[in-house]
Amino acid sequence: MNTNIAQTLSAGQSTFSVDTIRADFPILQQEVHGKQLVYLDNAATTQKPLSVITTLDDYYRHYNSNIHRGVHSLSEKATAAYEASRKKTKDFINAASTKEIIFVRGTTEAINLVAQSYGRSTLKPGDEIIISEMEHHSNIVPWQLLCEQTSAVLRIIPINDDGELIMEEYRKLLNEKTKIVAIVHISNALGTINPVKKIIDMAHAVNAVVLVDGAQAVAHTGVDVQALECDFYVFSGHKLFGPTGTGVLYGKQELLERMPPYQGGGDMIKMVTLKKTLFNDLPYKFEAGTPHIAGVIGLGAAIDYVTKTGLANISAWETALIQYATAESAKINGLRPIGTAKEKISILSFTLDKIHPHDIGTILDHEGIAIRTGHHCAMPVMEHFHVPATARASFAFYNTHAEVDRLLQGLKKCLEIFG
Amino acid sequence: MFDLKDLYQELIVDHNRNPRNFRKMQDADRVVEGFNPLCGDHLNLYLKLNQDQIADLSFDGSGCAISVASASLMTDALKGKKVADAESVFNVFHNMITDNKLHDAEEIEHLGKLAALLGVKDYPARVKCATLCWHTLHTALEGKEKTVTTE
Ligand SMILES: Cc1ncc(COP(=O)(O)O)c(C=O)c1O
Repeated sequence: MNTNIAQTLSAGQSTFSVDTIRADFPILQQEVHGKQLVYLDNAATTQKPLSVITTLDDYYRHYNSNIHRGVHSLSEKATAAYEASRKKTKDFINAASTKEIIFVRGTTEAINLVAQSYGRSTLKPGDEIIISEMEHHSNIVPWQLLCEQTSAVLRIIPINDDGELIMEEYRKLLNEKTKIVAIVHISNALGTINPVKKIIDMAHAVNAVVLVDGAQAVAHTGVDVQALECDFYVFSGHKLFGPTGTGVLYGKQELLERMPPYQGGGDMIKMVTLKKTLFNDLPYKFEAGTPHIAGVIGLGAAIDYVTKTGLANISAWETALIQYATAESAKINGLRPIGTAKEKISILSFTLDKIHPHDIGTILDHEGIAIRTGHHCAMPVMEHFHVPATARASFAFYNTHAEVDRLLQGLKKCLEIFG
Repeated sequence: MFDLKDLYQELIVDHNRNPRNFRKMQDADRVVEGFNPLCGDHLNLYLKLNQDQIADLSFDGSGCAISVASASLMTDALKGKKVADAESVFNVFHNMITDNKLHDAEEIEHLGKLAALLGVKDYPARVKCATLCWHTLHTALEGKEKTVTTE
């Protein structure tokens, strides 16, 4: 057993103790089917630390009210907390201004917003949009819809059998008709970390704008949108230890200024007459209606938690976990890893010979182990590897080496049952 | 306590490994395709009728152990049966696998080998895997559409 591998590590200035971290996540302290829960479905959604849960509780218990509208004390307190989350988010991804941070429902809504507002108002028939073969459906379908609406053409960067983008093919796809490049930062199905800085620079050389889908990235690596020079960066709060129903669209201010509103309603206006409406300034122009106030405030608490823990610590811990899991799982007969990129995060996607991933999922569930099985909303990736589905274990910083061992034991159980 | 063996018992594992009636039927009267988007289970069901009797029943395709074993057990159980009898087995099986009741020995006896699939009740997400072939058969017997999905 390798459970005596260091339960702590030092990186950066602060010390990281997985036991201390785990104590902050109440949901982890439970049994499933009579066994201690091992939660390895973090790419689908992450668990929430107590500080996020109590932030939501505190909001509803003590200052629930609408924002940007009331002059009363509760409303002012809620508005201040909501706007404080915007500031935290700006700092977290190093945006230039809080005007560039738009709160939305999640990654999916952010991509749809950019496609319908920026894309629909600028694209002409024959213009080209580039995405890749490893995109999540939410970074495919909005562009397909946009292409139907504008007669633009969708072009696809292929991947190799390690699950890496073929950059040479990307280079060939770029031309003066390329207007938008929408690319995933880290693949949810494969774990691949894409060379986004390079992708952005190459797109800018032909004057295309770039949207980066950071859904899987923000919880695992530091993101600096100014250093990347990306035009749009999007992510979901619920994959960053925050509440569901929250997400962030970062956009460069000069682009957001030029874009028409996505939805109309309250909060996004300065003045409405029945003939004409004067839209509000950024970021409110894109936040029509009452937002998920509690969720956004909770997202601020999640960002505080991640910042306090330190992304350098998180990344070092997760790297150790995935290296261990990759090496040990390779010893299992008939295990085929899907996604073997040189640069990847803590996602282990695999198939077992002659055992369908859903059977693996059910057997592991019975052992108290939660993994994801299926196509991971990335059916083109499944097609590339000629599999209907994979089993995927995805790790977060509260996971341990002992939990990797539990996973491996569970997989051995699958082999026994189907042996 | 419920044991996983109740779901992945030998009978199921065996029917998954060596599915019965797993073949394309060249002279089928009806062919219907069944699809379960959740698992990616995909099967073609081939039906040959002799008036009101199921003269032959076979399938091919790919899927999880539950869906393959279920199709294997179903084709085995219904071959040679009258269409009306097959419909009534379908109703009994479907009710038992989707209701919340505990069933007595007599009811379970009545299902024969199909009872092996009842373990799926504890895994609601997997019920569709077990019922896919049945819905596909239902459509084939009615002679309506060509594709069935569980969604
Ligand atoms: C890479 C990637 N993009 C987009 C999404 C969609 O995120 P959401 O469902 O939170 O909008 C996900 C989540 O599954 C993802 O992993």
